[in-house]
Amino acid sequence: MCTLEKRGNLFFLTLTGDDDHRFSLTLIESLIFALSKVKSQAVHGSALITTAHGKFFSNGFDLAWAQSAGSSSGAIDRLHHLVASFKPVVSALLSLPMPTIAALPGHAAAAGFLLALSHDYVLMRRDRGVLYMSEVDIGLTLPDYFTALMRSKIGSASARRDILLAGRKVKGEEAVRMGIVDSAAHDSEESVVEGAVRLGEQLVKRKWNGEVYAEIRKSLYPEICGVLGLVPKTVVASSKL
Amino acid sequence: MAIKTKKKIHEKNQKLTVHTKSLRLTTMCTLEKHGSLFILTLIGDNHEHRLGPSLIDCLLSALSQVNSQAINGGSALITVAHGKFFCNGFDVPWGQSDARSRLHQMVESFRSVMSALLSLPVPTIAAVSGHAAAGGLVLALGHDYVLMRRDRGFLYMSEVDLAITLPDYVAALMRSKIGGSAARRDVLLRGMKVKGEEAVRMGIVDSAAYDSEESVVEAAVRLGHRLAERKWNGEVYAEIRKSLYPEICGVLGLVSKTIVASSKL
Repeated sequence: MCTLEKRGNLFFLTLTGDDDHRFSLTLIESLIFALSKVKSQAVHGSALITTAHGKFFSNGFDLAWAQSAGSSSGAIDRLHHLVASFKPVVSALLSLPMPTIAALPGHAAAAGFLLALSHDYVLMRRDRGVLYMSEVDIGLTLPDYFTALMRSKIGSASARRDILLAGRKVKGEEAVRMGIVDSAAHDSEESVVEGAVRLGEQLVKRKWNGEVYAEIRKSLYPEICGVLGLVPKTVVASSKL
Repeated sequence: MAIKTKKKIHEKNQKLTVHTKSLRLTTMCTLEKHGSLFILTLIGDNHEHRLGPSLIDCLLSALSQVNSQAINGGSALITVAHGKFFCNGFDVPWGQSDARSRLHQMVESFRSVMSALLSLPVPTIAAVSGHAAAGGLVLALGHDYVLMRRDRGFLYMSEVDLAITLPDYVAALMRSKIGGSAARRDVLLRGMKVKGEEAVRMGIVDSAAYDSEESVVEAAVRLGHRLAERKWNGEVYAEIRKSLYPEICGVLGLVSKTIVASSKL
């Protein structure tokens, strides 16, 4: 499902298994648990790297589970349940008291794309993987926190239209051009993770106060914080004051 | 019309020299009128032109003078500072027991400077010929246009490194003025020190094609003249500016109004 490791000051959250790492209730629960562990073990100068094994970062919610409910209303209920359960994952990431980096070894679609975008930095492969918001193709509207995050993180109106309204599948180099990811200069799974580690090491050297870091992050994204019910607070932790 | 840049001004009791006599005597900043342009020079009491209570008061007084002088349209404000620093932020008495409350006081009183800049009935240009950090960068970004040097000086939001969160109006200003989400993250969450050409690429400043203090000020003057020539109705200009930045106006409590001042209607 997912594993959490610590190497020096870097936390590694990995979605494991050879499948497309769909978010089931169980996996979502594991992610929430892992992120709360990261939060409790955070020190000044930590960072989180989230990655996955195989062809997929994540292909989104476990829609097969929703459909197996046996009725249309049952399926809708299950889908709502998944959407509601996943909200705390986004909240936890936006409140995490350290820089966060998503290293994508492959495709990130729908809620999987959202998981990636919930990180401060996103690295992708150039040779493999697309970002894809599949909802328009599947016939599903977007939860409020999905659109709020997309609007906060994807600045260009035409990029948002292409991704949400045209269901565009965006490869690495295009994602960089569209301002969605920070780098796609990687041609293997190892290399994208190495890129994330190098970035992580640069960031931890700054030894930022995690509480302040999280509050400054939240002040960058007031809209999604409003939707998630995350309240900002003033922190003056400077040792000089 | 060329303008001579003045070097560091040391005279005490310098008057704010504008067309009408000013009663205020201060060395914290000067306000001069050169033809159609108002030139506001930051001085402070150190070479970093730090925003202490006296400089903040002086800025308020100068901006209020511009406000009352500029009623007929056809002018512009240029804010300059000489030397290595444009402005290095608030003048925090680090290490003193009341440092925290004094910082809080300065942050609160600076709100009025931001309100005054956003409501000013003339186009505003910051000629950033040196480093602009924290409150100093906020001051620069409170202007309609920002020019900086290519060869010297950087922009830096030091708060993440100093472990201080952002006041509400500062976060709102940054969100309104720095358009790209990655650029905002780099400036605020990564504490990046952004030099001229990168600042242009990131969309934070308008131009950094200048290799000396004189040339950035001259460019600001040229821009100021071009804008002043448009003879915009100042009240309307200020209202349109406020309508561009509803979020920061909300945070500062600035109310907008509708004006139809067109001579054609």
